[in-house]
Amino acid sequence: MDAAQQRRHLSQIPGGQSFEQKLQRPLLAEDIQILQLNVGKACNLACKHCHVSAGPGRSEQMGREVFVTCLKILRRHAIGTIDVTGGAPEMNPHLPWFIAEAAKLKRRLMVRSNLAILHEEAFRHFIDLYADHQVEIITSLPHYHAQQTDRQRGSGVFAKVIDMMRVLNAKGYGRPGSNLLLHLVFNPVGAYLPGPQAALAHEYQQRLSQEHGVVFNQLFCLTNFPVGRYLEYLIRTENYEEYMSTLMAAFNWTAVQGVMCRTLLSVGWDGKLYDCDFNQMLELPVDHGAPSHIDIFEFDQLKSRQIVVANHCYACTAGAGSSCQGAIE
Amino acid sequence: MSQQYYEPKDLQDFPNITEYAPEPGKKFFEYYAQATQAGLLTEREKALIALAVATVRHCPYCIDAYTNKCLSLGVSSDEMMEAVHVGAAMTAGDVLAHATQVRKIIKKKEM
Repeated sequence: MDAAQQRRHLSQIPGGQSFEQKLQRPLLAEDIQILQLNVGKACNLACKHCHVSAGPGRSEQMGREVFVTCLKILRRHAIGTIDVTGGAPEMNPHLPWFIAEAAKLKRRLMVRSNLAILHEEAFRHFIDLYADHQVEIITSLPHYHAQQTDRQRGSGVFAKVIDMMRVLNAKGYGRPGSNLLLHLVFNPVGAYLPGPQAALAHEYQQRLSQEHGVVFNQLFCLTNFPVGRYLEYLIRTENYEEYMSTLMAAFNWTAVQGVMCRTLLSVGWDGKLYDCDFNQMLELPVDHGAPSHIDIFEFDQLKSRQIVVANHCYACTAGAGSSCQGAIE
Repeated sequence: MSQQYYEPKDLQDFPNITEYAPEPGKKFFEYYAQATQAGLLTEREKALIALAVATVRHCPYCIDAYTNKCLSLGVSSDEMMEAVHVGAAMTAGDVLAHATQVRKIIKKKEM
């Protein structure tokens, strides 16, 4: 499904109000504390839940000039966090240079890596690169059992991730007292919402340490967004209506206050600006008069912009809320 | 009037039972929340107990709610099925234990 087809489908929700009606007033950004760069849609995996619909067949990649502009903006403004995502970010040939340059800025620098890619000889050098520049690594591990993880991410992925966690642990990643941080992401392997983050974190820590001898810092629980390949899955399995109803019934006003888009700006591979990575995949750029491309970036205008919302936003406000860094509450 | 007694959307109306005779309803929900939240037992362990009870009690709402809750908590299909088997075994045991009553009467009445 292309972005326009997805937007059309998402406009049809079972009964109830649209997200925009539910809010009753515009949702406004309050700052830019995180600059999230989606550096490309190419990926060595093709996970069933991927909202980017990333995979080996995708060719969109952030060019060096967009990276350069991002660095200029980061030097000029006190944006505390640089969040690199994809696809598999490592497949962008400019990433090693960008990591080295971004690390000089002494901000919180994080990369969302699937870890399985670091198994491949051509990408193993990223292990030292990340450690040398104290890059915070965030990796998706949908379950502590191989069967469930592989069902979503592909055969053999669980074993590769665990193996790479051992390598990273040996480097100091995920170890108590170390400044090398390794976080895991739980997202449901199916059409249901994630449980409480604290309960799942406890279970992950126990199981992964006892059964596989690996450790990590934090577990982030993310709700699957009805976007990209996951939306196609919901429609194909006739779960779409029930899933949307569940998200809508779990709407939580407290979570609205903490949604990531209020403090995050997302940059697409081609330099277009979005309120979040999900809006990016639905091709809903920053709007309401704010600059929508990195070349015309204006901090003051963007930090208080009106956020573009649609019905997929119900995923951020369901239950304890969901953000790129886990539950909100 | 709906054509079905049990419909998934009925469950969404459950919190509204306090519309009439609100006090006992509110007390029930407070009790329910406290009983099912993590205590000495984890939320995960309590969800598995609730799932077993839901199947034993044949409650479609509870089966829906607690299968989803178990999935959300990362409980595997095998673990859920083991819990259901505990419920089934307890139900069978409950029936068979009453055979002792049958036996008691037989022993008393037969020559």
